[in-house]
Amino acid sequence: MIEKADQIFVLLGHWLVSFLPLWLQAPALVLLGVVCIIVTFPALFAITVLLERKGLGRMQNRYGPNRVGPYGIFQPVADGIKSLTKEDIVPFSADAVVHFLAPVFLVVVVFMGYAVLPIGRNMTLVNMDAGILFFFAIGASTELSVFMAGWSSRNKYSLLGAMRAVAQMISYEVPLLMSSLVVVMMTGSLSPNRIVDAQNQYTFGLPHWYIFTPWGFAGFILFAVAGMAETNRSPFDLPEGESELVAGYFTEYSGFKFALFFLGEYVGMMGISGLGATLFLGGYSAPLQVLGFVPSWLWFIAKIMFAMCAFIWVRGTLPRLRQDQLMNFAWKFVLPLTLLNLFDAALWRFMGPGLLRWVVCSALLLLAYTAMARIGMRRERFGPRSYRYAE
Amino acid sequence: MNPLTGYLLVAALLFAIGLAGALTRRNAILVLIGIELMLNAANLNLIAFWRYGPHPEALTGMMFAIFSIAVAAAEAAVGLGLVISIHRHAHTTDIDQMNRMKG
Amino acid sequence: MSPIFYILAALSVAGALAAVLLKNTVHCALALTAAFAGLALLFLELDAQFAGFVQILVYIGAVAILVVFAILLTRDSETPKDTVYGHNPIIGLVAAAGIFAVLAWAVLQSAAALPHAAASPAAVPAVTVMDIGNALMGRYVLPLEIVALLLTAALIGAVIVAMHEKEGAR
Repeated sequence: MIEKADQIFVLLGHWLVSFLPLWLQAPALVLLGVVCIIVTFPALFAITVLLERKGLGRMQNRYGPNRVGPYGIFQPVADGIKSLTKEDIVPFSADAVVHFLAPVFLVVVVFMGYAVLPIGRNMTLVNMDAGILFFFAIGASTELSVFMAGWSSRNKYSLLGAMRAVAQMISYEVPLLMSSLVVVMMTGSLSPNRIVDAQNQYTFGLPHWYIFTPWGFAGFILFAVAGMAETNRSPFDLPEGESELVAGYFTEYSGFKFALFFLGEYVGMMGISGLGATLFLGGYSAPLQVLGFVPSWLWFIAKIMFAMCAFIWVRGTLPRLRQDQLMNFAWKFVLPLTLLNLFDAALWRFMGPGLLRWVVCSALLLLAYTAMARIGMRRERFGPRSYRYAE
Repeated sequence: MNPLTGYLLVAALLFAIGLAGALTRRNAILVLIGIELMLNAANLNLIAFWRYGPHPEALTGMMFAIFSIAVAAAEAAVGLGLVISIHRHAHTTDIDQMNRMKG
Repeated sequence: MSPIFYILAALSVAGALAAVLLKNTVHCALALTAAFAGLALLFLELDAQFAGFVQILVYIGAVAILVVFAILLTRDSETPKDTVYGHNPIIGLVAAAGIFAVLAWAVLQSAAALPHAAASPAAVPAVTVMDIGNALMGRYVLPLEIVALLLTAALIGAVIVAMHEKEGAR
């Protein structure tokens, strides 16, 4: 019974394609999986948008939207109707073809990333041997869409926002890759299914998730920071700084194209959360062994929503980073820490199991973090402010 | 016409297009684009020969192609850095105007 | 040959043609990205999965962005007013056509001369990433280290070349 609930989508899919001739069954199964992904994740996007507006509102000591339904739950529907019926303005001197292609490209690319995530037991759309590499390769293509959007608008502010966004995304791509490399190194495989299988074991009821190891914890935090910067999410949202660049690289977009950008950004966030859940939080495995009766896909979605809530929480709490602070942070703080994390994971592996390796690895990471933070802060001279008046 | 011949012809065509671009365009960046196309055509050749060659399990072709991709990326970075530096000096990227050695 | 090969080959060649023929430089860069994508898909069609993903990651995710940034930093993004071709485009075209003719002749001749070698497609090689890793750390460790050295040198060189000069030369 529990197995049935766990595998319900797989069984449903196989039953549906059994009506087709044999040669058509495999492509039809993949197509069915694609349709499910295209239906599920925008639905989660709608829930997330509502959660964000209400959550940010409450954090800023105000109600969020509360007119459209009880507690505002039909707000996403109202937003959808609004963006579909708004006039689609393309500026006269904008490059029409590239202006049209940019949101399309973004949405296509972020949805492709879901193909390798194990959403449940036996529920990976494409079981690739180099799945993690595929995800990162696809994620690197989103930068191009951002640039296309900013450049095609023929607007200096859009271009500025686009260049800032691309510089930020490139800078944080390397720490993102390096912080997930430590998981790949310890598992010995680039396949997400293998990584989840390695974390799916329980000792005394507690799981073997990688986040419960020192290098995994550090790796998760670094991955979260780099993921937040990759998706241009606050506190790294200078490219779309609402108080600075109007809307950054999507200033000239209105109506459905803006909705596509919005969708693409949030679906990308959910994709990175899904990857983080796969790499560090055990994918579809339950936190405690006694909770294994809950279907695996529910755990995956719960982990994604937990990560989205964390994104919203950080957005409401931290102030925005300036561009040079952002780039300094990436290259001079996060990247050396990811390299040290690799060394730490190797140390963990080659010391035998026992208490000593916990102590040594945690101490090494804490020491490195405080040392780098102190060294990074040393140049800042916080003296009295000096003014220069225009003569 | 077997598959290997098809891939080799596509690679030859891409190489010729890249060469034509590198030789005829005036913009320095387009010359670099032509060079990247030529390198990509060579990579396609390598992978096609790896796939349809005698010993695919030796991975020689794929390794060569991966190293070629890495070297091409490095060369593109340095080449574009040079183009930017020249633009800063001569205020143009037109290679027809850079016909003097006087700095 | 499968129709997928024809579609992907058409995409790559169309992207390459657009990349060298279009007037606006940014359009050329975007067409180049399409050509890279077509080539990556051709690699995947040839069962070279790792090479295909590395092609997407490095070429589309880094080299294309680099080209675009260089175009923006040299303020080339407007459509040029006069011709985009040099003094003598004919010579370049003739050279390229000649090279293509020679290569195509060589390929077709060798296909005719060795029909049995190339006609029988080999069994799909089951290459896992672990094999590639073992090869990189085993047989190809020297090229790997040399490429690492090369990339470091290129990084430092590109930064030095493109850095703003401190003393004013203007």
